[in-house]
Amino acid sequence: MAQAASRSRRLLSRVAEHSTGIIASVLFAAPIVWAVLSAFKPAAEARLPPLPPWPTTGFSLENYATLNSFGEGLWVSAQNSIYVSVMTVVLSVAVSVLAGYGFSRFRFPFKDLFFILILSTIMIPFQSILTPIFLVLTKLGLHNTLTGLVGVYVTLQLPFSIFMMRNAFDAVPREIEEAARMDGASNLTMLLKVMLPLVWPGVVTIALFAFLGAWNEFLAALVLMTDQSKFTLPVMMTALQSGRFGAIDWGAVQAGVTVMMVPCLILFLALQRFYIRGLMAGAVK
Amino acid sequence: MSSITTAATPAPPRARRVASRQQWIGLLYVAPAVALVVVFFLIPLGMTAWMSLHNWPLMGEHSYIGLGNYVAILRDTRFWNALRFTAYYTVIVTIAIFVVAFPLALFVERPRPLTNLYRTMFFMPAVVGFASASLLWSWLLNVDSGLFSPAAYDLGLIDRKFNLLATFQPAFWSIIAMVVWKVAGFTMIILMAGLQSIPQDLQEAAVIDGAGPFARFRAITLPLMRRTLALALILSVAGSILAFDQFYIILRGGPRNQTLTAVYWIFNQSFVSFKLGYGAALSMVLLVILVALSLVQLWLLRKPEGLD
Repeated sequence: MAQAASRSRRLLSRVAEHSTGIIASVLFAAPIVWAVLSAFKPAAEARLPPLPPWPTTGFSLENYATLNSFGEGLWVSAQNSIYVSVMTVVLSVAVSVLAGYGFSRFRFPFKDLFFILILSTIMIPFQSILTPIFLVLTKLGLHNTLTGLVGVYVTLQLPFSIFMMRNAFDAVPREIEEAARMDGASNLTMLLKVMLPLVWPGVVTIALFAFLGAWNEFLAALVLMTDQSKFTLPVMMTALQSGRFGAIDWGAVQAGVTVMMVPCLILFLALQRFYIRGLMAGAVK
Repeated sequence: MSSITTAATPAPPRARRVASRQQWIGLLYVAPAVALVVVFFLIPLGMTAWMSLHNWPLMGEHSYIGLGNYVAILRDTRFWNALRFTAYYTVIVTIAIFVVAFPLALFVERPRPLTNLYRTMFFMPAVVGFASASLLWSWLLNVDSGLFSPAAYDLGLIDRKFNLLATFQPAFWSIIAMVVWKVAGFTMIILMAGLQSIPQDLQEAAVIDGAGPFARFRAITLPLMRRTLALALILSVAGSILAFDQFYIILRGGPRNQTLTAVYWIFNQSFVSFKLGYGAALSMVLLVILVALSLVQLWLLRKPEGLD
């Protein structure tokens, strides 16, 4: 009798727990799902309130086509965003792996000073030095170029990614290098052939953070990219949403938001383990 | 010669010279990173200070005006209003994030079936950018084509469609709701890490001593989570003080310029009015505030005494 009562109480509390979990999950997912589904409505239906969120008058890609006809078009901005994000990933990984290795394995003058300098950039937000960055890029002939924007984004990633990579290299036992050195490997071959496979998880983590950072950044892109053909997705979409290309087409906004969100979500779901790891490494230290 | 004998006996001069040359190579490895930080951080930082002492239009000559810009800031009531609004927003949004994130962290901390799924669901909005989230919510909040107002109307909660973005209070709380939706999962993960680092036997000992759940939370959980709480607090405060995307995209600083944040005001002065020198001086003020906060943060994050 008492046993049955306690079992049913346990069942009840489990039901309560999972209903809370499911309701909260639905609340968090709803805005994303709403936008992704509504984007597939025909243009006429997309103007109306999204009730229900899924298309009721037929599935359509009209909103994506409309979006491509605004200004320089969706495809140009998407290409710009892809270029900037991929370059940021490649360069910040290359620079951080080299620097992480250097800080972990060598003793040289000003080592501590350089390390502290790089980490301290976290304390000063780039928002407060955007004006001179704009002037520096102009001086370098990189004004209004995607390359200049990549330079800024890579620098923004450095404190986190160099810190991550130095710790990753620190965790590799020195005996491995010594054995490789006996076999006559030079410094750089050793880094690429011996060390890199051992710090691979760290590389994936910093690549993921670099991609998300560059793909989602808005203010620097807004300030530094003045030419429509150079707009990244957030800047292009904001121009559209502010009515710069005429009346606001909410169907196109839904389509654009979907294009902006989906790559982030896919990467996160695929590489969740590395994302949380990076977050913890940043959080615990 | 093996490394063991090198360590035991002093190396001959030649070998040592080779070794120290080897060490210098480290400079080459860190050089690209240092170069980037110099070009895109140190020089701009120095220039901000230098420019703040000048009248610096986008076109034409700039002229030295000493502390003129700073004197102007003292009289710039709109800047102080922006700063006051930013502080207000920071306090409210930080409280709101914690109120949502802490229960979520407690909820997903214990392993049970589906916990991983819940964590992922709560975290998803955090990987979406602030710009995407703002664009998405600007649609949901729209009075005619959006979700909230038409849905409330259809459900009979209101008799006519209500524009959430037209007046300060509903607009402000809409932004708070959006930011909480976007950031709570992130804060949750950090708090969860802190909760998981509390030794289980401590909790069990307290249960044996007869401490109730509330007493345990106050006497064990909170004190042992001090560093985690401080970190979550700092991340939230630092992010909120620099808020720009959501106010620019959803509200354009309105209604009636009431939601201009500090970064927004600097952006307006520098890149809309092109008063670059004045913008730099405003940046210096913001910078001083943020560095002061960073120092507070280092103090909050200090290692507990006796532990290292």
